[in-house]
Formats: sequence, C-alpha cells, structure tokens
Amino acid sequence: MNIIISNQSDKPIYEQITDQMKNLIINGELSESELLPSIRNLAKELQISVITTKRAYEELERDGYIVSIPGKGSYVKPQNKELLKEARIRIVEDKMAEAISAAKTIDMSLEELQEILRLLYEEV
Amino acid sequence: MEPILEIKGLRKSFKDFSLKGIDITLERGYIMGFIGPNGAGKTTTIKLIMNLMKKDGGVIKVFGLDNVKHELDIKQKIGFVYDENNYYEELTISEMKRIVASFYKTWDDNAFNKYIGEFKLPLNKRIKNLSKGMKMKFSLAVALSHDADLLIMDEPTSGLDPLVRRELLEILSQIIQDENKAVFFSTHITSDLEKIADYVTLINDGEIILSLEKDELMNTYGLVRGGKELLNDVNSKDFIDIRENQFGFEALVKDKNQARKAYKDKIIIEKPSLEDIMLYYTRRCRNV
Repeated sequence: MNIIISNQSDKPIYEQITDQMKNLIINGELSESELLPSIRNLAKELQISVITTKRAYEELERDGYIVSIPGKGSYVKPQNKELLKEARIRIVEDKMAEAISAAKTIDMSLEELQEILRLLYEEV
Repeated sequence: MEPILEIKGLRKSFKDFSLKGIDITLERGYIMGFIGPNGAGKTTTIKLIMNLMKKDGGVIKVFGLDNVKHELDIKQKIGFVYDENNYYEELTISEMKRIVASFYKTWDDNAFNKYIGEFKLPLNKRIKNLSKGMKMKFSLAVALSHDADLLIMDEPTSGLDPLVRRELLEILSQIIQDENKAVFFSTHITSDLEKIADYVTLINDGEIILSLEKDELMNTYGLVRGGKELLNDVNSKDFIDIRENQFGFEALVKDKNQARKAYKDKIIIEKPSLEDIMLYYTRRCRNV
C-alpha cells in the first residue's frame, strides 16, 4: 500500500490520505476486512501528526469506507463495489454538468466542447 | 481521562519580565510544540513545571497531581531534556549513568543500553568531549530509560544539525506510539514542529497568543500578498500585522477562505509556515 503526501499542496494532509485510501479501496488494492495501519503507526511512518491521521480515519469511517473497533484497529468495510463506482460516476456527471453550463454561457457548441474534452482527456 | 499536563493562570514576575497568567493543556498521546521568540517565557514556564523555580500564582498539574506537593512522584515519571548540558563534565557516560540511574525507581538498564547503541554513543568518553548532538542524545537516552510518561524538553533541537534533528523527531513519534505518553517541547526552530506536532502553543512576552491543533492552524491561516491600494482603515483589522513595501503588502490572515471571498483574485494566498505565523504575531505585539 502506497500513500504519498505532499507538504506543499494546498490540499490538507488528512484529505490527501482519505483520497488515496478511498482509491486504494475502490481499486481493490486494499481488500475487504483488511486491517489498516494504526493511526499512530501511520503518523510515525509518514512523519506527520497523530491528529492528522486520526482525522483522516474519522472521515473515512464517516464516509463508510472503514470501520474502527476500539482496542482492535480499523478495517476496510465490506463494500458494495457497484455502489461505490456509481458514486464515483455521479461525481464525474456533476462536474461535467458544471462544465456544460459554463460552456453554454458562451454559446459553445457540443462539438467544440467534445473537442476540448478529447484534448484534455489525452493530456491528463 | 485527565490531561497529562494542565497549567492554569500561571504567574511569575521578574524585574523586567513576567508570565501573565498562562493556561496550557496537553492530553495523553500527543505532541505539543511550545514556540516563541527568545525571552518570551518558554524556559521560565518549563522551569516552573519542573519546580526549579517558585511560582507567584496559578496551578500546575502533572498526571493530575500538583507539581509541588507531589514533586518527587511526578519526576519519576517525567523525562526531562535541558537545552544546556547539566551533567558533570569530567565523568564518562557510563559513570554519569550510574549516578543518574540511582535517582529513579524504575531505571531500566536494558533500555538505556539500547538507546546508547542506537545513538552510537561512546560509553567511555568524558561528557566534556562529546559533541553537542551527542550530549543531547545522552540526555535523551537518560530521559527515555526510566519509563517516563511525559517527556519535557527545552530547546532540544537548537544547535543540532538537520540529521540529528530528524532522528529526534523520529524518536518522538516512536514514543507516542504508546497513547498514554505525551511530549511537550519548546523550540524556536519551527520547521521541526511542522511535521509531527499535534498541537502548537505560541507564547510571546509572557502571554499565550494561541494554542491550537497544528493542522487547524496550517489549514485556516493564510499568507496574503497584494497591492497597497487594497489596504484601508476598514480592512486592516482583518489582518494580523501587515508588512508594506514599495510595491505592495504582505499580511497574515486568520481565515484564508474569508480573505479569498473578500478579495478574490486581487490577492495571492499562500500557506504560511509556522515561522510566518510566529513572526507576524510577535511583530504585532512589538508594534502596538
């Protein structure tokens, strides 16, 4: 399991951890019921504060990705993969809708928009 | 559970300086960095916690116990690292260890030898011949070898090279793998704290300016730069001290999202370092 954090990024470190862990769970790199590193161990390894890792795990638990059992540790919560993927697709749809409404305000055609999408898709 | 360290309304007056009723609370399982410029009151506070000085007023509780009434019991459970060397210079490490070990009921020779090995300290070298980094590591080895629950350190990183400082930080995060332990350390090298500290307490001129979760501090405060035409009487109170130059200004804001809303793309907002935050707050106090 890789977790790479950036101290320069504008994104808070706890968010970097939750985002990466969510990806690991969705991609199946972290499997169901797998025991996660303890918040203290993760903080030590990444050389960040315990409060940061604690917050990350709290958010993951709140969003239903992991379960924490006092005295035992945190585990990957058995997920409905289809449901997870759908949630992800919904995020993409929302962002696209945003882009489309921005495009419409400057009367951009569907073809133009598709061209931009194609270019960006290949770039990223 | 009660805090491992609790300070309330602590006062101490000297001729030219006073601690003006400070409050500090630290829970078990966390690291708190105590920052401030030279002469702000960091060492005075630590000396009062250790009862090396008599307070004028206020309460200090360590492990929930009064630090004066229960001084001896408390000190058994505190690991203390001073800025300066406080050992007999003429003795070797192993001779000095024998003396110190006798003070502690729970002295653990195995732990001590383990740290001596890890720190690569020469047992038969006289303390006066040790480098500054080695002296600090020796102090730390002693502080860690009697099963202390609270580690209190006064400027442990000053005068150490980056390599040793990094090692020390790793040791500190190792210590709080045990959630019953805590670390309180003063420093003016704030980059050390940016990594591992859970809480940051800033003291200036005998007063606590802020005591917050480090993440909150780093994620909400912002360093703002913009043109001088943005400055006026109304908004200057949004800023914690402003530095103007010929071509614009730089200021610290408490809430960068609010600043972004108010000034949009007329300003540049960056993540401040702890040093920026310390400088802006302490400079403000000097200007007033």
